[in-house]
Amino acid sequence: MQTNPSTAVGTGITFHVAQANYYYGSFLAVSNVNLDIPERKITAFIGPSGCGKSTVLRCFNRLNDLIPGAHVEGTIQYRGVDLYDKSVDATELRRRIGMVFQKPNPFPKSIYENIAFGARINGYKGDMDELVEQSLRKAALWEEVKDKLKESGLSISGGQQQRLCIARAIAIEPEVLLMDEPCSALDPISTLRVEDLMHELKEQFTIIIVTHNMQQASRVSDMTAFYNAQATEKGGKQGYLVEYAPTQTIFNNPTEQATQDYVSGRFG
Amino acid sequence: MTATDPNAFSQSSSAEQHFSSDLSGRYRLDNIFRIASWVATVTALVVLAFLLIDVLIDGIPRLDWQFITSFPSRSAERAGILAPLVGTIWLLFVTALFAFPIGVGAGIFLEEFAGDNLFARILEVNIGNLAAVPSIIYGLLGLAVFVRVFLPITGGRTVFSAGLTLALLILPVIIVATREALRAVPSSLRQAGMALGATRWQTVREHVLPQAFPGILTGTILALSRAIGETAPLIVIGAQTFVPFVPSFRGTGFSALPIQIFNWVGRPQAEFHVNAAAGIIVLMIVLVAMNATAIYLRNRFQAEKM
Repeated sequence: MQTNPSTAVGTGITFHVAQANYYYGSFLAVSNVNLDIPERKITAFIGPSGCGKSTVLRCFNRLNDLIPGAHVEGTIQYRGVDLYDKSVDATELRRRIGMVFQKPNPFPKSIYENIAFGARINGYKGDMDELVEQSLRKAALWEEVKDKLKESGLSISGGQQQRLCIARAIAIEPEVLLMDEPCSALDPISTLRVEDLMHELKEQFTIIIVTHNMQQASRVSDMTAFYNAQATEKGGKQGYLVEYAPTQTIFNNPTEQATQDYVSGRFG
Repeated sequence: MTATDPNAFSQSSSAEQHFSSDLSGRYRLDNIFRIASWVATVTALVVLAFLLIDVLIDGIPRLDWQFITSFPSRSAERAGILAPLVGTIWLLFVTALFAFPIGVGAGIFLEEFAGDNLFARILEVNIGNLAAVPSIIYGLLGLAVFVRVFLPITGGRTVFSAGLTLALLILPVIIVATREALRAVPSSLRQAGMALGATRWQTVREHVLPQAFPGILTGTILALSRAIGETAPLIVIGAQTFVPFVPSFRGTGFSALPIQIFNWVGRPQAEFHVNAAAGIIVLMIVLVAMNATAIYLRNRFQAEKM
C-alpha cells in the first residue's frame, strides 16, 4: 500500500523504517509502517486523531520507552543502526535526536538556564553564554529576550516559549528535530514564525513534524506521510500508514482514495 | 446590592421551552451549602479556641523563666520543664535527621524509578498499611530492635533509640507525601528533560524535585508535628518523668514534653495540673515555632522555583 519515495530527494536517509508494528502492551497501536525519512528535509505526518502519528514520532528518540509496555517490532534504523539494538544507549540517542512537544514545556527556571541545562548535563565544554546567545538567535528569539535572560522561562508568551523549547533542543547540536504538533497551542502569527524558523533549521537538521493542520503540512514539508485509523473489534483504534510520498504528490495527485478524501477535507 | 431580575433579558421562546432555569431555587441551594460549610468551620474553631483559652488561663500565670529552666521537683512550685523540653527538641532533631532522607529517598524511588510492577505495588500497599499501625506497636518494635538488638549503637533507652522509633513511625507518612508531591509535577517536565538526553536522576534532581519540594516539606512537617506529640511509643522505649539533668544524645535517661504533661495531669495535687497546662503551652510554642520555620522555608523554595 505504501509508495516509497521513487524520486530520491535529499542526500541520504536519516531513518529507515520497515515492517514496523508499534505496540502498547498487547495492543497493536500502529501497524506495518514503511518509511524512509530523507536527511535535511522536512517530513510531515498527517492524519486523523488516534492514527498513531505521535507514536511513530516518539519511537524515533525512544521516548516511548518511558511508557510501560510500549514496544516495537520490525526495523527502525537511524543512519543504518538499529534503534532498538542493545548497543544503542537511549540517553545518548536523545542527545542526537531533539524533540519539541505539543504544549510548550519550558523548565520552570530562567530562560538562560533552560538552554544551559541540556548543554551542561551533556558535558558541554565551550562558552555557555555564547551557546545561549547562538541558540536563541537560531530560534529567532534573541532580540526578544536578550534583556531578560534571568527571568523565568514561563514569563514569556506561548509562542516565545515554544521557540525557547526549540532553542533548548538545538543548543545540544542534535542531528534530527522531532516536532509533535508544535504549533497547535499557538496563535497564527506565532505559528508562521515557527514555520519560518523550520525552513531555516532544515539547512542543518532533519525535521519530522506531526501536524493536524494540513495547510501547515503543505506549506512547510517536503515529504508527507498520511496515516489513517480503523476501528478494532475491541472498540479501540488501530493506526496504519496509508501513503508516503513527496508533499506535492500527496496534496495534488495521491494514489489512495483515502488520502484524496482527507487532504480535500472530506473527513478527518 | 440590588436584587437581580432573572427576567431582565427578553427571552427567546424556544429556549424557554427547553430550559427551566429556576434561578432562585439554585441560589437557595447555594446559600444552604455556604451556611453549612460555614457552620462546619466555626464548630471546629470554637472547640479548638475553647481548649486553647482554657489551657492559657490555667497555664499562663505559671509560665515563667523559672519554670522553663528548672528540673523536676516534688513540689509543684519548684518543678520545671527543662529536661523534657530539651528531650523533645533532641527527639525532633534525631527523628527529622533519619526520617527525612530515608522517607524522601524511598518516595523518589517508588515514584520515579520503580515503575509499575508487582514489587512496587506490594510495597505501596504495605506502606499504606504501615501508616495506620497504632503507635504503641512501633514502640514495641523500637524496644525490641533499637533498645535491645542495637544496644551497642543506641545505648539502650536513649534519645537515639526513641528518635529512631519515631522516625520509623512517621516514615510511611513522609513517603506517601513525597509520592503525592512528585505525582503532582506534570510529566511533560520529565519528558522535556529526558528528551534532552538527561538521565532519569538528572531530570529528577534538576527539575522534578525542586517543583515537588514545597509539597514534600509540608508533608514532612505534618509528620514531625505528629511525632512530637506522640506519647505511647516513648513510654515503651522508656522515657522517664523525673530526669534531673539535661538529656544527651546517647545518655540513659531522657524525658519528653508529652510524657511530662501526662505525668503531671495524673497527679492528685491541683498545683501539678497547673504545671501540666503550662507544659502544654510550651509544647504548643515548640510546634508553632517548628511550623513557622517550615512555612518560611517552603515560601523561600517557592520563590526560588519561578
